[in-house]
Amino acid sequence: MDYIILAISCILINNILLAQYLGNCPFMGTSKKMETAVGMAFAVVFVLVMAGVITWIVNTYVLAKFGLDYLRTIAFILVIASLVQFVEMFLKKSIPALYAGLGIFLPLITTNCAVMGVCLINVNEEYTFVQALVSSFSYAVGFGLALILFAGVRERVLLARVPKPLQDTSIALVIAGILSLTFFAFKGMV
Amino acid sequence: MIEAILFMLGIGAACGSVLSVASKVFYVYEDPRIAEVEGFLAGANCGGCGYAGCSAAAVAVVEGNAPPSVCIVAGAEAAANVAAVMGLDAGTAEPLKSYNECNGGNRAANKYYYTGLNTCKAVSALYGGRRECEIGCLGFGDCIRSCAFDAIHMGPEGYPVVDETKCVGCGACQRACPKNILTVKTMSQRLLHMNAEDDALAPCRQTCPAEIDIPKYIAQIRNGDYEGAVNTIRERNPLLLSCGRVCPHPCEDRCRRGIEDEPVSINQLKRFVADFEMNSGKRIPIPCAPDTGKRVAVIGGGPAGLSCAFFLRRLGHGVTIFESMPHLGGMIRYGIPEYRLPKKILDWEIEGILNLGIEARVNAKFGEDFDMGSLAFEGYDAVFMGVGAWVDYNLGVDGEKLNGCYTGIDFLSRLASGEKFSVPRKAAVIGGGNSAIDCVRNLIRLGTEEVWIVYRRTRAEMPANEVEIEAAEHEGVKFQFLAAPVRVVGDEDENATHLEYLKMELGEPDASGRRRPVPVEGSETLLEVDMVITAIGQRPDVSFKESSKRLDDLNITRWNTIDSDPETLQSSIPYIFTGGDSATGPSLVVEAIGGGRRAARSIHQYLTGEEIKPVPKSLFKKNIPGTIFDSVPGVVKTPRAKMTELPVKERITSFIEVDQVLTEEEAIAESNRCLSCCRICYNKDAA
Ligand SMILES: Cc1cc2nc3c(=O)[nH]c(=O)nc-3n(C[C@H](O)[C@H](O)[C@H](O)COP(=O)(O)OP(=O)(O)OC[C@H]3O[C@@H](n4cnc5c(N)ncnc54)[C@H](O)[C@@H]3O)c2cc1C
Ligand code: SF4
Repeated sequence: MDYIILAISCILINNILLAQYLGNCPFMGTSKKMETAVGMAFAVVFVLVMAGVITWIVNTYVLAKFGLDYLRTIAFILVIASLVQFVEMFLKKSIPALYAGLGIFLPLITTNCAVMGVCLINVNEEYTFVQALVSSFSYAVGFGLALILFAGVRERVLLARVPKPLQDTSIALVIAGILSLTFFAFKGMV
Repeated sequence: MIEAILFMLGIGAACGSVLSVASKVFYVYEDPRIAEVEGFLAGANCGGCGYAGCSAAAVAVVEGNAPPSVCIVAGAEAAANVAAVMGLDAGTAEPLKSYNECNGGNRAANKYYYTGLNTCKAVSALYGGRRECEIGCLGFGDCIRSCAFDAIHMGPEGYPVVDETKCVGCGACQRACPKNILTVKTMSQRLLHMNAEDDALAPCRQTCPAEIDIPKYIAQIRNGDYEGAVNTIRERNPLLLSCGRVCPHPCEDRCRRGIEDEPVSINQLKRFVADFEMNSGKRIPIPCAPDTGKRVAVIGGGPAGLSCAFFLRRLGHGVTIFESMPHLGGMIRYGIPEYRLPKKILDWEIEGILNLGIEARVNAKFGEDFDMGSLAFEGYDAVFMGVGAWVDYNLGVDGEKLNGCYTGIDFLSRLASGEKFSVPRKAAVIGGGNSAIDCVRNLIRLGTEEVWIVYRRTRAEMPANEVEIEAAEHEGVKFQFLAAPVRVVGDEDENATHLEYLKMELGEPDASGRRRPVPVEGSETLLEVDMVITAIGQRPDVSFKESSKRLDDLNITRWNTIDSDPETLQSSIPYIFTGGDSATGPSLVVEAIGGGRRAARSIHQYLTGEEIKPVPKSLFKKNIPGTIFDSVPGVVKTPRAKMTELPVKERITSFIEVDQVLTEEEAIAESNRCLSCCRICYNKDAA
C-alpha cells in the first residue's frame, strides 16, 4: 500500500516537471511534437530507473559509509554520465532495436536535472532500496505524463491565433504554468 | 580532504575503466567514414534532412541512402567535404528551391465568416477553402510556420513570398500547403514539367504549343522585371527573339480578354523583352544542371533541334547538333525571309544557345556524311531527329521543269543562302500558305514588276496568316483566286513565258467543311510570267533511311513523317526521338520548340533509365474543362497595342525588317491589359 501511495505522490502530487520544476529544458525542447515527446518519455523512464538504483547504491555503500556526503552531487554527476554512456554502448551491441528506438534521446538526458534531482530526492528522503526504485520509476512516469500532455496541448496551440510576441516558447511557458496549477489540485490527496 | 581526493580519483578510475572495458566488450564495428562524415555535418540535430539527427544522417550517407548534400544547414562546402570522404562528386545534386506559383490578386468573397482554426489546412477541409479559384492561396500561412529557415514571409498582397537565398529546399512548405501552391523543385524538374489537367493554367498558357507561362511573364513586364520575363520565357522557349517576330500566336486566339475586347498582344510583349535583352548588350546567364556524362546527337539544327539541344543541355547532357546546311536555324533561316527575321538577330539568338556548351557540326548531312553507325561508334546514347519538312510537293503539270520554274523552299533557301537570281519581270507563285506569301513578298523586294498569287480557292480559305496576306496586299501583290494551274508554257529556249490555268468555282463542301473548288470547263486562261514558283506544301525528306541497316525498323507514316508517339515523341526505335515538322508535318515554329522540349523530356527519361511516359493527367492539346468562358464581365475596352510597320515605300525596296518593336510605355500599357487569368481568384458570378 505504501508503495502505491508513494507512486501516486511521485507521479501526480510531486510531479517532477510541474510541481518540482526540474527538467525544464527537455520539457520545452522536446514537447513540440508528440512523436519526440513519447520517445523522450521512454528514454527518461529507462535512464531514471537505472540512475536511481545505482546512485542509491553509491550513496548508501560508499558515500554514507565514509562520511563523504558533501561529495554527493559531483559523484552523482560522474556516475550518471558514465552510466548513460555505458547503457548506450550496451544497447547498441545487445539490443539494437531498443537502441534505434531511444536513439538520440539517450545522450540528451545525460545531464538532465530531473534525473539528478530524483536521485538527490531519493537520498534526502532516506528511502529504502525498494522505495528508491519505486520513486525513480514513478517520477519518470510523471515526467512522461506531463511531457506528453504538454506536447498534445502545444500541437493544438500551433494551430491557434496567437499574438506575435506570445508565439512559441512564451505561450508554452504560460501553458506550463496553467498545467502546473491544475496539478496543484492533487495537493493534499495523500 | 585526502579522503575526498582519493574518493574522486577512485570513482573516476572506476567509471573510466568500466567504460573502457565496455567499449571493448560492446564494440560494434562502425564504418569509420560515418564519424568523418558526421564531423562535416552541422551538428544541429535539427532533423531538417529527414533523418533522426546528424548521426543518423551520416549513417544514411555512408550507406548510400542520402546524397552528400543531405545536410540542409551546413551548406555547399560541407557537401563537398562529405563527398570527398565518400569519393563522390558533390556536383551531382541540383539545388531544390521553393516557388510560389500563385500570384495572389483579388480575393473572391468569403463563403461565410470563418472563425475556426487559424490554418490553411482546416480552412481547406471546409468547402475547399474560401477562395473561389482552383489554386487560390488561403493566406493563413501554414507554409510560413512550417519553414524552419525563415525563408517565407507573408507578402503585402496577402500571399506568401519565398526568399530564394534562404530557401534550402527542405520541402516543408510543400507538405504544409493543402492547396499545392508551393512546390519545391529543381530547375530540371521545372523544365521537364508538361501542362497537366490540375495545373492552374490561363487559357493562353493552355493553348501555347510551347506551354510558356504567359501570365507570369506579362506580370513581370508590368512590374518592370524584364530580365525575369526573359527567364520565364526561356524555361519553355529558347528562341524568343525569333518567335517574338514570326509566331502567329495561337495563344492570342484563346485570350480571355479577347472575348470582350481585343486580345492581349502577347507575342509583341515577348518580342519586347527579347529585344530588351539583346539591346541591353549582355546576355542573361542561363543555368544548367551538373553534367551527367550522357551524350545525345541532334540531327537538324532547326527550331526543333535547337530547342531539344537547349533543354537537354540545361538538363546536364552533352549535345552535338548535326546540320546539313552551312548555318543553323533550319526553316527560320532558309525559309522565313530577312525582312521578317533578320539573320543578324537569328545569329545572336543561336550563339546564345550554343554558348551553353553545345557543339554544332554544319555541312554534315545525315545519310551522306554520317549515319547511324558512325553515331553509335562515337558513343551517342540517344538521337533526336528534327529534320524538318524540306521536300516541296510538285504540281504534276507539264512544263514544270522549264527554266524559271522553282519550288518554294528551293527558291527561298537559295535566296537566303545569298544566291543571285536574274530578277523576273513578272512572276506567279502558286499556293495560299505562308510559304507562298513569303515568296511573293521576297519577289517584290527583288524588284519584280508584277507578282501574282495563284490560288485554287478564295481569299477566305487561304491558310496564310491574315496579317501576312494584308501585308502582301499593301505591297502590291496581285491575287488570282479560284485558279488551278494546268501547264507552264515555254519558248524555244525552254524559258517559261506563260502560266496556263483553269478557272474554278466553289462547289459542295468537302470533308473539311470547305467548299470544294471545281473547274469550269473551257476556261483556260494564260498569264504572262517569266518565273513560276510552286509553294503548295512540303513533306520531310526521309531518304536517310536507306543509308543504314540500323534504321530498318524506323517507321515512316504515309505523309513521310517519322512515326512517333505524339506525346513522348519516341519513334519505333527506342533510342530515336523526333519532333517539329518531321514529326507533325509542316507546322509552326512554336510547335517545333514545344516538340523539342517534349522530346528532350523523353530523352532525359530514357537516359536516366526511367520509363518513358507523359506527365500524369497530361493536358496534351486539350483545354481544362470550365476554363474557356463565353463572357467575362467587367472588362473595360482598351485598344490593343498597334504594331508599327515600316512604310510600304521604304520596305518594298529593301529587306529591312518590317515590324517594329513596342516602346517601353506601350509594352507596359499592353501588359496592364492582361487579366492575369488563373492568378486572380476570379469569381464569375459576383462580378
Ligand atoms: C516559307 C516558310 C515560312 C514560315 N513562316 C512561319 C511563320 O511565320 N511562323 C511560324 O511559326 N512558322 C513558320 N513556318 C514554319 C516553321 O518554319 C517550321 O514549322 C519550323 O521551322 C519547323 O522546325 P523544325 O526544326 O522541325 O524543322 P526545320 O526548321 O525545317 O529544320 C530542319 C533542319 O534539319 C536539317 N536537315 C534536314 N535533313 C537533314 C539531314 N539529313 N541531315 C542533317 N540535317 C538535316 C535542315 O537543314 C534544317 O536545318 C514557315 C515555314 C516556311 C517554309
Ligand atoms: S488575359 Fe492575360 S492571362 Fe488571360 S488569356 Fe489573355 S494573356 Fe492570358
